[in-house]
Amino acid sequence: MQNALSKRKEPLTDTQLLMTITICIFAVMYILAMIILQGGFLHAQQIFDLLNDNASLIIVSCGLTIVMIGGGIDISVGAVTSLVAMSCILYLNKGGNVLVAVLMAVGIGIAFGSVQGFLISYLKIQPFIVTLAGMFFARGMTTILSVNPVKVDNSKFEALRNVKIKIPFLGYVAKNGNLVPAKMELGVVIALLCIILVFILLMYNRLGRNFYAMGGNEQSALMLGINVNKTRLFSYIISGLLSGISGFVLMMHTGAGNATNALGMEMNAIASSIIGGTLLTGGVGNIIGTFFGTVTLSTIKKIVVSSGLKDPWWQSITTGGMLCFFILLQSIVLSRRQKN
Amino acid sequence: MSDEYLLKLRGIEKSFPGVKALKNVDFTLRKGEIHALMGENGAGKSTLIKILTGVYPKDDGEISIEGKSVSIHSPKDAQENGISTVYQEITLCPNLTVAENMFIGRKKEKWVNHKSYEKKADEQLKSLGIPVKGSKQLGKCSLAVQQMVAIARAVDMNCKVLILDEPTSSLDDKEVKMLFDLMIDLKAKGVGIIFVTHFLEQVYEVSDRITVLRNGELVGEYLTRDLPQVMLVSKMMGKELNELDTFEESKVHESVDSEVFYESKNLCSDETNPFSFSIRKGEVNGFTGLLGSGRSEIVRAIFGADKVTKGKVFINGKEVKINRPIDAMKNGIGYLAEDRKRDGIIAELSVRENIILALQVMNGFFKPISRSESEAFADEYIKALNIKTASSETPVGSLSGGNQQKVILARWLLTHPDYLILDEPTRGIDVGTKLEIQKLILKLAKEGVSVTFISSEVEEMLRTCSRLIVMRDRHIVGELKGKDLNQTKVMKTIAKGGEK
Amino acid sequence: MKGKSNRISRNGLGQLTIPVIALTLLVIFNLIRDPGFFSIGITHNNYGNAVLSGNFISIINGASELAILAIGMTLVTAATKGQDISVGAAAAIAGSVFVKVLKAFSSISVGTVIFAFICSCIVAMLFGAFNGTLVSVFKIQPMIATLILYTCGRSIAYWINGGATPTVSSPVISAIGSFAPGIPIPMPVIIVIIVTAIFYLIFHFTSLELLTQAVGINQSAARLNGINTTFIKLLSFVLLGFCVSVSGCIGVSRLGLINHETLLLDVEMDAILAVAIGGNSLGGGKFKISGSILGAYVIQMLTITLYAMKVSSTDVKAYKAVVIVALVVIGSPVVKEHCRKLFQRTKTQSKGGECECRTL
Repeated sequence: MQNALSKRKEPLTDTQLLMTITICIFAVMYILAMIILQGGFLHAQQIFDLLNDNASLIIVSCGLTIVMIGGGIDISVGAVTSLVAMSCILYLNKGGNVLVAVLMAVGIGIAFGSVQGFLISYLKIQPFIVTLAGMFFARGMTTILSVNPVKVDNSKFEALRNVKIKIPFLGYVAKNGNLVPAKMELGVVIALLCIILVFILLMYNRLGRNFYAMGGNEQSALMLGINVNKTRLFSYIISGLLSGISGFVLMMHTGAGNATNALGMEMNAIASSIIGGTLLTGGVGNIIGTFFGTVTLSTIKKIVVSSGLKDPWWQSITTGGMLCFFILLQSIVLSRRQKN
Repeated sequence: MSDEYLLKLRGIEKSFPGVKALKNVDFTLRKGEIHALMGENGAGKSTLIKILTGVYPKDDGEISIEGKSVSIHSPKDAQENGISTVYQEITLCPNLTVAENMFIGRKKEKWVNHKSYEKKADEQLKSLGIPVKGSKQLGKCSLAVQQMVAIARAVDMNCKVLILDEPTSSLDDKEVKMLFDLMIDLKAKGVGIIFVTHFLEQVYEVSDRITVLRNGELVGEYLTRDLPQVMLVSKMMGKELNELDTFEESKVHESVDSEVFYESKNLCSDETNPFSFSIRKGEVNGFTGLLGSGRSEIVRAIFGADKVTKGKVFINGKEVKINRPIDAMKNGIGYLAEDRKRDGIIAELSVRENIILALQVMNGFFKPISRSESEAFADEYIKALNIKTASSETPVGSLSGGNQQKVILARWLLTHPDYLILDEPTRGIDVGTKLEIQKLILKLAKEGVSVTFISSEVEEMLRTCSRLIVMRDRHIVGELKGKDLNQTKVMKTIAKGGEK
Repeated sequence: MKGKSNRISRNGLGQLTIPVIALTLLVIFNLIRDPGFFSIGITHNNYGNAVLSGNFISIINGASELAILAIGMTLVTAATKGQDISVGAAAAIAGSVFVKVLKAFSSISVGTVIFAFICSCIVAMLFGAFNGTLVSVFKIQPMIATLILYTCGRSIAYWINGGATPTVSSPVISAIGSFAPGIPIPMPVIIVIIVTAIFYLIFHFTSLELLTQAVGINQSAARLNGINTTFIKLLSFVLLGFCVSVSGCIGVSRLGLINHETLLLDVEMDAILAVAIGGNSLGGGKFKISGSILGAYVIQMLTITLYAMKVSSTDVKAYKAVVIVALVVIGSPVVKEHCRKLFQRTKTQSKGGECECRTL
């Protein structure tokens, strides 16, 4: 009993506080949408749609959160996602094996991660410039592979793509009286799996804790006997790996490769991480927060569309406004806490 | 103390571009001894320690532990060889818990069990008498506790060699006592401790042996009881102590009767309690008190460095508003901050740019000081203060601590202040420069400049100040002048202030 | 703390080495490939003016917007230790305002263009001030703060344009975008020279350079020396806003229309790159504007070279990336240190060899 009490007295860490705020705002926003907008928001399918559409963004954000906790930045993730999707589709369309395609996706991702990570950690080049070059390279390679959109044409992959997980008890009864079960794509399962694995990595793995130490104070981490260069390299490799997986998931979702796939995804991923309470300064961040950051961001967009603001500019203007709100809120909350 | 050798360094050489930092240095540490490593700034102490801890690679020489030759390429190597270091600046991660800070980077296990870490940490912390819980976030602890955690980490690693690099500079007396108890405890367990500090009294309090370095060369190794303090100082400085003696004679203890230059009534900032204070023209006064007594916060409030919340300020009898540093500067106040690295130097800018900075700011945004003018200023002050620098275009960060301090002094002297506040101008710099700075203060006072001088070495203040204001727990508890200015009186006032 | 040592070593006298070498190599490469690559010809444009033409002209002309943005970006980088990623979006807004104001007049004269430019300047500087406030007052990292405008800037431009891509046609506008009558040099190049001159004058008649560097290197010390750090940071963003508006207006004038989606697309990345190639640390502090401007020309030269080699405009990025990586690897402090050591070793070895020879 006393133990529990003393536990409770321990104040929330910055990450936990920021994450809690995000989750609360998300909940309030969603409930308000259910009450005021009704429509799709009353069905569980709405949530699954959110997840289906954003599975690859969630995966990419996980990787980015890791890099940001380590005090770096990786803006190549969107471009790598797009390159992976394009190259896998071209391979599958030549009658390739699905398993090999998966390995290919992972391989390309790790290759990008290792090269970028090497340049950043061992040659001490600024991460922004290195991953910017990585982004240019991946985007350029994508268009070199194919400027025109390519549709996937591989029966086995199509079969895999059409696997949908049905959850009847979360479904709803349509007007004609049939039960429409809630549908979830395979990508969502992969995304959720990624979140769980990254969560365990960050909380309970030595490497994961080293990311925090490195982001908290690099010099100290070095003095504490952590191999900072290797740790940093790994943060970029994991981010690259997750970009590769995300590329495959994106391809499963869209079923087509396009040079403009995942355009601006890196910025969405950064925004999601920030909304979820990760600080770009490093050392502070939480993967659960990132997940809620992603769904919050996409829910905002959905709400804008459903509330009848049909002009195309409203979506990004409200997103920007919301981002501004979150960033200001974090800044104010954190500075308040520092004073106390 | 046994005669068994624990650590032996032979013929260590290290050079940096343009400088030979260590020349054929030997060092020996025995089991169960506290060995003080002494030397002025730039003598090579920190270089030697950084080589020992794997931060810098050595150019030549041999390191052996318990007779076995070892090679140390990284802090990790050092740790694995049983060498642990606690630095002056906290080298822990503020965003992790105390427990994690004690165990990260040294456990081989792939997985982290937070509960068992915290339990183990709590046990160790309790046995060392450190008042903190393992589950607390390190950044939320006081600096002293953070330092203690660093030591607890080293102790927990069963280190053979413990290096304490200026561990006491951010601790108060009680905490220093605690640290010394801990050191003696470890000594009894056979740990060899290398103790680096600028406080001579502390060396004589705990150490068994002293090794002195000067200009990167070994001067010698002595038993502490065989080496009187005066000899130690002269060995460190490499000259006789006549200079010290002549300085003693120029004591100024007579009070000044000129008119009041600065006066504050019930001034109060975010960090202080309301206080009233005044200083006369040409007077040198000092604030003394234990660390954390609020002496730095008071001068920060005077300068407007912290947010001033209420109170009145009079300069030459006229009321003025000082809310920001620039207000203070416009009223003729200069302020040399306590933390040279953080609040003083602009490391990558040249000596010249650092010197003209404050004057430039006072001149205003639209009146830049021309290149030739600023070069003239820089050359003038480099000469006047005897700043050792390759040229006026050298980045100030590459100078030694003492010379950096002189550059900042030059910066404020250039603004020709009527009132100069110097917060710990002599901290972490060598004895020679300390004397130069104290002389400069007296010279300024003669020219009619009011000076507030703060130092953690009370002796220094007794030598230079004509009035001492004693602080305790963020309150002014007494004022000493004339014949009351002596060490015992200061201590008594601090103690009496506590009784109230 | 991070990269402190590399900042010191990178800001020696040799800061301009990398961009100069890169530029020289590109020139030599092009001359070998095609000796007439840089020949300058004289042609007559639609208005019958005699104007200069050729690859050289198109390079310095094409880099104009980037060079102007690089100037402002350098200041922001130096003062805030971060970058503004919203310049492209902000330029779209500035361009939209420019067009919107011009459209309000029945006829377009030099006066109306100046008026429209001032309006767009004010708007861009206000947006700069918005970013600057987030960074300096609310202490948000520049990249995060400017992410807001990056996300919604182009949509705001779209909204100003009323969901269309309005065009403006006037001799004055096309003169700004290409050539003014009687002047054979492209107008954007002249504008770059004017903007550079303005900044030179600012540095000469104010203490901005010293104060910005002081704030960027050690904010706490700068504050205690009486510098208003908030103001300096805000000012750097406002000055960048001015640069944004100038380049936005040039961009609009080149095409005679405002397309919110394509105007100066991805220019923020190129601008940051220009700053880095120019030898300036993205970690703030000491800076050289000339380096960034050179960096901008390196990027443009690279792009034009690739185009000349028949690389399609979409594929250019991949090749550009390779060159960028090569450049930054050469500029990396670690590589420099290695080269220095290697050089020293061979030197001492050859000396030792000589001695042996002599004794033999």
